[in-house]
Amino acid sequence: MQTGISPQTKTVTDERPALLADAAQVVAPAPAEPMAIPALLAEHVTKRFQVGSRRKRKSVMAINDVSLRIERGEIYGVLGANGSGKSTLIRLFSTLLTLDTGRVEIFGHDIERDEMAVKRMINRVSVDAAFFKKLSPFENLAYAARLYGMDAREARAETIRILARLGIGEKRLGRPLEQMSRGMQQKVAIARALLTSPILLLMDEPTTGLDPRSKLEVQSFVEQLRDTHDATIVLTTHDMDEAERLCRRIGILNDGRIVAEDTPDRLKALVAAEHGESPTMHSVFMTFTGRSLDDDLEDETPEDEED
Amino acid sequence: MAMLTRDLKASMAFVERNFNLTKRYWGWEVAWLVYSVAGALAVTLIGDSLGDERLLMVLVIGSIFWSYLAIVFEFIGESVQWERWEGTLEYTFMAPIRRYAQLLGAALYAVIFGLIHTLFVMLVLALFFELDLSQANFVTAVAFTLLGTISFIGIGIAASILPLMYVERGAQMVFVLQSVLLLVSGVYYSIDVLPGWMQVISQFSPATYVLDGVRAGLIDGVGIDRLLHDVWPLLIMAVVFIPVGLWAFGRAERYAKRTGRLKRVG
Repeated sequence: MQTGISPQTKTVTDERPALLADAAQVVAPAPAEPMAIPALLAEHVTKRFQVGSRRKRKSVMAINDVSLRIERGEIYGVLGANGSGKSTLIRLFSTLLTLDTGRVEIFGHDIERDEMAVKRMINRVSVDAAFFKKLSPFENLAYAARLYGMDAREARAETIRILARLGIGEKRLGRPLEQMSRGMQQKVAIARALLTSPILLLMDEPTTGLDPRSKLEVQSFVEQLRDTHDATIVLTTHDMDEAERLCRRIGILNDGRIVAEDTPDRLKALVAAEHGESPTMHSVFMTFTGRSLDDDLEDETPEDEED
Repeated sequence: MAMLTRDLKASMAFVERNFNLTKRYWGWEVAWLVYSVAGALAVTLIGDSLGDERLLMVLVIGSIFWSYLAIVFEFIGESVQWERWEGTLEYTFMAPIRRYAQLLGAALYAVIFGLIHTLFVMLVLALFFELDLSQANFVTAVAFTLLGTISFIGIGIAASILPLMYVERGAQMVFVLQSVLLLVSGVYYSIDVLPGWMQVISQFSPATYVLDGVRAGLIDGVGIDRLLHDVWPLLIMAVVFIPVGLWAFGRAERYAKRTGRLKRVG
C-alpha cells in the first residue's frame, strides 16, 4: 500500500492513490474546475441537538440547511466564530454525526449508505491533538495505520518521512507524546491524517492554540500540499489571514448557516462595493455575520449534563 | 475472505495498542498485580485460619477465577471509556473498521492479559498454600474457563455500550454492573446464602456457572459430562450475549452519532 496525499489524477476513485516519492518532482495542479463528481457535495444539510438538563432541554439548530460543493484539489475554508457550527460540520462530513436532513457525498459516495467506503477516503485533524499521550508518536501512528489496514513497518517509514517534512526528527518519535509541545503534537496529528492517504482531508482549526512559529510551519505544510499535491482539504478556522492565505474559496458560517461563499478576493470586492473602501477579511466577516470572530457563542454540541 | 482477513488484521491494532499501553503504564500494572495478590491472599487466609481445606479451595478458586473474569469484563466493558478519557474515541470510530473487529481486538487482549495476570496470582497462591489437587479434573476447569470467557466477552460488549450512550456516567454503570456480578455469582460463598431475589439474579451471571463447574472439577474431580446443568446456561449465554452485544453496540453507536455523544467529554 502506498501512502501520503495523492498526486493529481483525472480519474475519481475511492482506491487509495499513489504516493509522491518526491514532492519536488510534481507539477502543481491546475486550478480546480467543476468536474462531474465533486470531492464533497453537501445538499441542504441540517443538524439539531438537544441541549441542557432534562428539565430545561431545548433544541439547538447547529447546522441549518447548508449546501456546499467542493471540487477535487481545492482547499475550501469554513470561516466562523466559536460555536458557529464549524466542528459540527466537520463531524458530519467525518461520519461522526448522523444527518437530520439532507445528504452528503464524498467523491460520489453517500456518507450514510457507503459509510465504510467514505471512511477509507477521508481523515481528519481536529483542534485538539487527540492521542494516547503516554504512547509515543510511533505507537500512536502504528495504531492508526493498522486501523486503516496498513502494515506497521510501512507505517513507521511513512511516519518518519512525513514528520521529517514537518520538522520533527526520528529521535523524538519514540518518546511519549505528553513530552512534546502542543505544536509538535499537532504536527503528529497531521502526520496521522496523512499517513492513511486521504483523498479528502478535513482540518478542524489545525492551528488554533499553536505558537506563531508552529502555526506558520503548519500553514506552510498545507500550502505545500496545495501546491504540489492533489489534496482536497476542508479547513475550518477563525483565523482570517490563514483562510485568505490557504483557501481558494471561503464559506462564512454563522449560526449554522453559510451566509457567504466565494474566493477571498471576490468576497472582499463584494464588501468593497458596498462600503466603498478596500476591506480586510475581518470587515468581510463583520459584514456578513454582524459579529467579531472573537465572539464566543455557546457550543452547539451537547455536553454530559444530558446523561 | 479478504474482508475477514483485513478485519482480523485491523483487530490486531487494539491488541498492539493495549500492549503498548500496558508497557507504558507498567508501574500501575505492577501495583494492581500486587493489589490482586494481596486481595486474593487476604480472602483465602480466612479459609486457612479456619483449618477448613475445602473452604480454602473454594476461596482460592473464587479469587483466581473471579480475578480473570473481572479483567475480561473490565477491559472490554471500559474500552470505550478509555478512549473517551484519552480523546481518541472519534478517531477510532472514524476509521474504516467494523465494530466486531474492534471488539474482538479488545477481547483478545483482555483474555491474554487476564490469563497472564491470573496465572501470576495462581502461582503465588500455590506457593503460599499446600493445595491438594490430587483429585482435580483439569479438563473440566479449562472447559468452564473457555465457556466463561466467551460469555464474559458477550457481557463485556453489552456493558461497553453504557459509556457510549452515557458520556459521564457510563463508566460508573459498568463498575456497578461488575460489582453486582461479584455479589451474586458466589465468588466467595455459595449462592444458597443469598436472599431469594438475589439468587434469581445470580442465574443470569455466567460467573455463577463457571465457578460452580470449576470448583466441582478441581475440588471433587467431577467430569464435564456430569456438569451439564452448568454447561448449558453458559452455552446459551455464549451464543446469545455476543451477537446481542454486537447488535446493541451498533444501535448505541447510531444513537451516539445522532446525539453527538462521540465527542470527547468525560
